[in-house]
Amino acid sequence: MDNKKDVKGFLEFVYEFYKSMKAHEITLVYEGEITHQITKAFTSLTESNMEKDDEAGTVQRKVFHVMVECLQNISKHADDFTSNDYLFSGRGIFLVSKNEDEYSVTTGNAVENDRIEELTDMLEKINKMDKEELKQLYKKQMKEGRLSEKGGAGLGFIDIKRKTGKELEYHFLPISDDTSFFLLTSTISRTEI
Amino acid sequence: METIKIQGTEDTPRIILDADKELLEISGRSLPEDVTAFYEPVLNWLNEYSENPNKNTVFNFKLTYFNTASSKLLLDILMKLEELHEKGHDVLIKWHYPEDDEDMEEAGEEYADIVDVPFEQVSYSN
Repeated sequence: MDNKKDVKGFLEFVYEFYKSMKAHEITLVYEGEITHQITKAFTSLTESNMEKDDEAGTVQRKVFHVMVECLQNISKHADDFTSNDYLFSGRGIFLVSKNEDEYSVTTGNAVENDRIEELTDMLEKINKMDKEELKQLYKKQMKEGRLSEKGGAGLGFIDIKRKTGKELEYHFLPISDDTSFFLLTSTISRTEI
Repeated sequence: METIKIQGTEDTPRIILDADKELLEISGRSLPEDVTAFYEPVLNWLNEYSENPNKNTVFNFKLTYFNTASSKLLLDILMKLEELHEKGHDVLIKWHYPEDDEDMEEAGEEYADIVDVPFEQVSYSN
């Protein structure tokens, strides 16, 4: 009897979850480990959906770029942690939403609090830069930036801002005394091409 | 010298490095899981090629997409070609981009700014 009640409660939750996804126009949501296979699967899924919708080539390319960089940010940086805590094993949440005007790509992953300042500084710096400054920074980073073992060159955020032409919106929410959840959302216009 | 032929996949480019046929080309998409490992044979091949290059070297880039991690490795390739050019050899980079892809065109312009080597932009229709 209790079990039946639990199942019903769970299914009701699933329906609420579904409604909530619809209300927020979420077309793809995932929580778990972000691997290269996942990156490939999500980008090709989104790509074929965009093709079906006859999305402009420019928009398709920009969405693809942003998705790859966002997914790789999680898979690479979450690996920097040596902790066995599941929060830091390349896991995160990944969402794609779409409305009449734009696509949004949102990621969330755990970060250690001592990285917040560095991330905030980097994002603020990039958000303030104009097109030309971003171009110069990208070139500088490409020349000087050393690839970390996993292939990150600190270029991802710059590339997202350059491709979307929009500020990177982000937010940190506390998980515990020394960790926070880092949320980042990028929007790609469907109309300004 | 040895010829490198790598078939393209959905996340790795097609690569042909054939000194005899004077065919040097990277085309398709580049977002390999491990960029450094993927491009290592290309850089090694260029090192060996540079010891005894053809009279003219034309290197074709015909990429439709590359991620930021690949962009660094592409620069490494271009810098090898720049070295070859600095040593007095005839080198030409041909950067092919889809005519409607401004970002890919701009990426070519940026590389042309960074490396000191003859660089030609070539647009093509899809």
